[in-house]
Amino acid sequence: MNYVSSIGSYTIMVREVFKKPTKWPIMKSLILKEIDELIYGSMGIIIFISFFIGGVVAIQTALNISNPLIPRNLIGFATRQSVILEFAPTFTSIIMAGKVGSYITSSIGTMRVTEQIDALEVMGVNSLNYLVFPKIIAMFLYPFAIAIAMYVGIFGGWIAGVFGGFSSSADFIEGLQLDFIPFHVTYSFIKSVVFAFVIATVPSYHGYYMKGGALEVGKASTTAFVWTSVVIIILNYILTQLLLG
Amino acid sequence: MIEVNNIHKSFGDAHVLKGISTIFEKGKTNLIIGSSGSGKTVFIKCLLGLLIPEQGTISFDGRIYSELEPSERRNLRQEMGMVFQGSALFDSMTVEGNVMFPLDMFTKQPKSEMLDRVNFVLNRVNLSDANDKYPAEISGGMQKRVAIARAIVMNPKYLFCDEPNSGLDPKTAIIIDNLIQEITQEYDITTVINSHDMNSVMEIGEKIIFLKDGLKEWEGSNKEIFKTDNAAVTNFVYSSELFKKVRQMYIEERN
Ligand SMILES: Nc1ncnc2c1ncn2[C@@H]1O[C@H](COP(=O)(O)OP(=O)(O)OP(=O)(O)O)[C@@H](O)[C@H]1O
Ligand SMILES: [Mg+2]
Repeated sequence: MNYVSSIGSYTIMVREVFKKPTKWPIMKSLILKEIDELIYGSMGIIIFISFFIGGVVAIQTALNISNPLIPRNLIGFATRQSVILEFAPTFTSIIMAGKVGSYITSSIGTMRVTEQIDALEVMGVNSLNYLVFPKIIAMFLYPFAIAIAMYVGIFGGWIAGVFGGFSSSADFIEGLQLDFIPFHVTYSFIKSVVFAFVIATVPSYHGYYMKGGALEVGKASTTAFVWTSVVIIILNYILTQLLLG
Repeated sequence: MIEVNNIHKSFGDAHVLKGISTIFEKGKTNLIIGSSGSGKTVFIKCLLGLLIPEQGTISFDGRIYSELEPSERRNLRQEMGMVFQGSALFDSMTVEGNVMFPLDMFTKQPKSEMLDRVNFVLNRVNLSDANDKYPAEISGGMQKRVAIARAIVMNPKYLFCDEPNSGLDPKTAIIIDNLIQEITQEYDITTVINSHDMNSVMEIGEKIIFLKDGLKEWEGSNKEIFKTDNAAVTNFVYSSELFKKVRQMYIEERN
């Protein structure tokens, strides 16, 4: 029952975000600030993780091919498939739920407990639009970050495969091109757009409606991370079933 | 003028306001006093429209808040200024940014005019050299001044202050109180102040409402409060040794 009413108030919040917009010059600078904070500020960790995950996938695949009948280009193929389908969009999003999500919950939550949100409301500002809308728009750039994650992940696989002595560069690249289905990339981008919306709004919800003081801000961040991850995992399942099943 | 008529507010089972009616006059500093937890903040948040009372009406110069269209409410909001209990400054913005914010948001003036206005109000609250500082870098008293500057920058008709001098030393507290009173008289604002500070009561209590257990227990001016025989009021007022002595002297003087 509690979950149902939370989903209800989350839906109401999302609707409220798009009402009574803040004037454009102010909104523009808020959006740019959020792009800097949410997307640009996360590129380092996204690149770092993708590179090593790609590398590990390549090594794991190589170590599991003991049968000489299996072609060596499987390493490149497996790296491409796992990075594009799951690691870049889903795994990165779980990391972002932690990094970006806790930033969003704690910054909005702090504004709630220090009455800054009340101050906005008293002035006649739609605080949900002011605080959450720029985050949603900034997160529309998230698929670009995922594209970079795909590229870097595959590159990491190539480095690990070739320099680890598991595969020749030619085999790896042949594997990358093997049976390539462009829709897999589309599928991955569709997932990233959906996850981006979840990462922007679920932590905002937990920050905006929190009660209490500084301690509760910390607790809300943790809860927000758990719920954002859960929602991402469930949506990942549903989208995969719908788009590929 | 704000007319409050029989407002009730509950949170679940807790009936915090149990039917309060009063009138706050223009150009006067109206004080709401009462012990901690008596519902002062809840009351002021009802006046601001941040909390919706279950029952009763609040009328701002004839405009009854609950009967207004959303757009009319928004316009009314822009006639209000609020100083929060914890200042509630935007900590991502400088002092100047904070005071500029409402102007930026709701007016179409050129930047230079806004800046003039910002500097004018910052001067008015005697804070002229902190424009580029962030709220975390200034003292509590200075934060209160910035909050007052931000509250009056749009020339409000109604000014609400929730314990504007809590956490300040007595001298700074009186300066802030006097500042609010001067501004109220100068611009003919209807000002409502929450307080549990007896110094404020003596300094600026032109009209005082004493809240107890969700009801208006007493109302009058700072001249009358020292003479009242209402036990709850005298208990509250004379809870400090200092004021007990003052009362003693007053009674001796009278006899
Ligand atoms: N949002 C809320 N939800 C539930 N109860 C609340 C809420 N806000 C206030 N209360 C309750 O209402 C009562 C009055 O609180 P209020 O903050 O108005 O007191 P106050 O007079 O401002 O006290 P103080 O002088 O300490 O600021 C308290 O018992 C408080 O627990
Ligand atoms: Mg209070």
